[in-house]
Amino acid sequence: MVQSVESVIKKHPFFAEMPEKHLEFIAGCAKNVAFPELHAIFHEGDPANEFYFIREGLVAVELVIPHRGATTIQTVSEGEILGWSWASPPYRWHFGARTLQRTRALLFDAKCLRTKCDYDHDLGYELLSRFMGVISARLDATRLQLLDIYGRDN
Amino acid sequence: MGEIIEAEFAERTATDPMVPELFRIDRLKRETEDTFTLELVPVNQDVKISFLPGQFNMLYVFGVGEVAISISGNPALTSHLEHTTRRVGVVTKAMGLLKVGDTIGVRGPFGNHWPVAEEDGRDFVVVAGGIGLAPLRPVLYHLMAQRERYRNIVLLYGARSPEEILYKRELERWRGKFDLEVQVTVDRGSSGWRGNVGVVTPLVARAPFNPSNTVALICGPEIMMRFAAMELQKRGVPPERTFLSMERNMKCALGYCGHCQYGPTFVCKDGPVFRLDRIASIFGKGEI
Amino acid sequence: MTPRAPARDAYVLLAPAQLDLLIKTLVRQGYEVTGPTIRDGAIVYDRVCSAEDLPKGWTDEQQGGTYRLKSRHDQALFGYNVGPHAWKKFLFPAASRLWKAHRINGHFQILPEEQASTKRAFLGVRACELQAIRLQDKVFLEGPSADAIYKSRRKDVLIIAVNCTQAGGTCFCDSMATGPQVSTGYDLALTEVVDERQHYLVVHIGTNPGAKILSEIPTQPAEKTEIAVAHALVEEAAGHMGRSLNTTGLRDVLYRNAESPRWDAVVARCLSCANCTSVCPTCFCSTVEDLTDLTGQQAERIRKWDSCFATDFSYIHGGSVRATPRSKFRQWMMHKLAYWIDQFGTSGCVGCGRCITWCPVGIDITEEARAIRDSESAVTESV
Repeated sequence: MVQSVESVIKKHPFFAEMPEKHLEFIAGCAKNVAFPELHAIFHEGDPANEFYFIREGLVAVELVIPHRGATTIQTVSEGEILGWSWASPPYRWHFGARTLQRTRALLFDAKCLRTKCDYDHDLGYELLSRFMGVISARLDATRLQLLDIYGRDN
Repeated sequence: MGEIIEAEFAERTATDPMVPELFRIDRLKRETEDTFTLELVPVNQDVKISFLPGQFNMLYVFGVGEVAISISGNPALTSHLEHTTRRVGVVTKAMGLLKVGDTIGVRGPFGNHWPVAEEDGRDFVVVAGGIGLAPLRPVLYHLMAQRERYRNIVLLYGARSPEEILYKRELERWRGKFDLEVQVTVDRGSSGWRGNVGVVTPLVARAPFNPSNTVALICGPEIMMRFAAMELQKRGVPPERTFLSMERNMKCALGYCGHCQYGPTFVCKDGPVFRLDRIASIFGKGEI
Repeated sequence: MTPRAPARDAYVLLAPAQLDLLIKTLVRQGYEVTGPTIRDGAIVYDRVCSAEDLPKGWTDEQQGGTYRLKSRHDQALFGYNVGPHAWKKFLFPAASRLWKAHRINGHFQILPEEQASTKRAFLGVRACELQAIRLQDKVFLEGPSADAIYKSRRKDVLIIAVNCTQAGGTCFCDSMATGPQVSTGYDLALTEVVDERQHYLVVHIGTNPGAKILSEIPTQPAEKTEIAVAHALVEEAAGHMGRSLNTTGLRDVLYRNAESPRWDAVVARCLSCANCTSVCPTCFCSTVEDLTDLTGQQAERIRKWDSCFATDFSYIHGGSVRATPRSKFRQWMMHKLAYWIDQFGTSGCVGCGRCITWCPVGIDITEEARAIRDSESAVTESV
């Protein structure tokens, strides 16, 4: 049985305790998408007008570095949120994203959500405070990566 | 030397735990650029090999010194001892220059062990970081040898880079088993790596286990163990069922040189495996 | 008719000349007798062959960072407290070879060191020191395996204890309940009584070996009055301690205040010189040194005293766990007064005051403990 978008997002901790009316609206801005493996979801510098909730698969967040090519900084996987550049100007992706495996996700129309948040500040608060949690956890993980804890002097 | 003197040696060695037992390097395997595994057999064939997962030996390199290294082999095999070592200091670098056939001194086994005896019916989550996989490998062998006693078994392993993944062939074999979940991540990828990139803590957040029935075993750099423990606690695994392996400077491994003290505990005899709730007041505190 | 030899638990009287005879008898019987003697301006423990080697007529004056010898107006043989040496020097030597090894190509052989068995007598062991020996017995004999060196040296040591009849400027054995009266663990216990009119020693026989050695010299039973005078002197010493330490709940006070700013205050003075650990009679930390000769074919392992203040004491690959003087001082004090209790069931401090006397800047463990305890009540009062 195909699950409705709303039932999928209701089950995920990211949307926990979000008021029903906001959930409905957000669900209305979302649709199911599927990508084959090694598919570029977005490129660095592209306009950032969506974000993704990964349902299955593995996505590499990458930077193109001269001489090294596309370098994976971190991977994002099942149950995780991909992308927050939609939330602050200039609304362009800072990194690229490419699937490493066949991936199914929910795509959220962030342009639509941005507009609504501009006049529905309650929705804005609900969404952005949750993104704070995602960014915070991602930052913690990145800091640990920076420490190179498995390096020889640790 | 006469038989009588040799017998005296054997007796004195057996009674004095500060005197190493002589072992020979039977096999030497390079795991990564700076990590190697030694397979040791006793010179005196009457010496019995027996240890519990989590214990360590003091390994002596002639004229250089001694270092505490976890036993990383299969506890069911009594033919030889395995030690995976990283070249980080004077003794381990000298050890890395030894060859098959060379003699090495062994004292031990010392310390306590990972808890597996009373944990039938539990889910096991094993979280390893870097060389921390080595002290956990014996418990993984045990869990798989007694598979029917446990429910879900999950191994989450974080390495520095794909080149520094330990026991690659073994991990691939384990990953192929239907009744074992193996997830590997690297801090930095390399070209051709199509797996997880990032630290091991997000893996803990989404691994398939039931927190109310889980025993967690963690081993790696202290900061990695701290964050992994926090993540486990967030998911509802209580500190009473979370176990870590601590490391401190060791000289005697017998509880009287004082070097391995960690708060009121001696890592050599009260550890190296600690239940998290028992060290909660000092774990993560600076300079204890 | 042979006079009946004094038995265990009896009190006997010795004149100073008889103590001299006792020491000489021990020497003649092959005992290595170690006792107090003056050297380099201090009363230390070394070989003694007669009562003439004892610091007759001398006393010590001790305060934070200060130790002086002063002459007395009498001829007391034990009229002082404790010097920089502790009996651990002889049971847990500062350096010991554990074994030798020699290499042939890639192989080597190990030759464990033979422990010489020497008959030893310790003369002049104070109550605090008796407790310190008991504490080190716990460390070296009651662990996962007994230490061979300590075990062979501790076996059959004849202990002649001395009850202190005066307390030192840095003494606080009373607070630690370790003295000044000796309680158990001795073969003979002496209490010296000396004034213008008389000079004698009341001896309590603690064990059968003690009775046996005493039977080798002429003695007479001690009178009740003489015993009473001796006891009174020791009791008076208990009331004149130079320092005091409130041990009630001290372990928990320290655990609660592991991050107290007081540690920063004290460490501004601490030099990490490790004198305190060196003179402390219960400190047991050691290290091993693995050495080779120039050919690289002969090796040996030496065990040596170490200190938690030493630079690399807590070194693991990458650096030391306790790198700052603050963390080292805290480790020393918390180990002594708190962790010891968890490890061995009793405080690691016996109240001898050596760490206070021999600290070059006079850091006082009793003062630090008081300050940390007081810092708690200060906080609750201001709330």
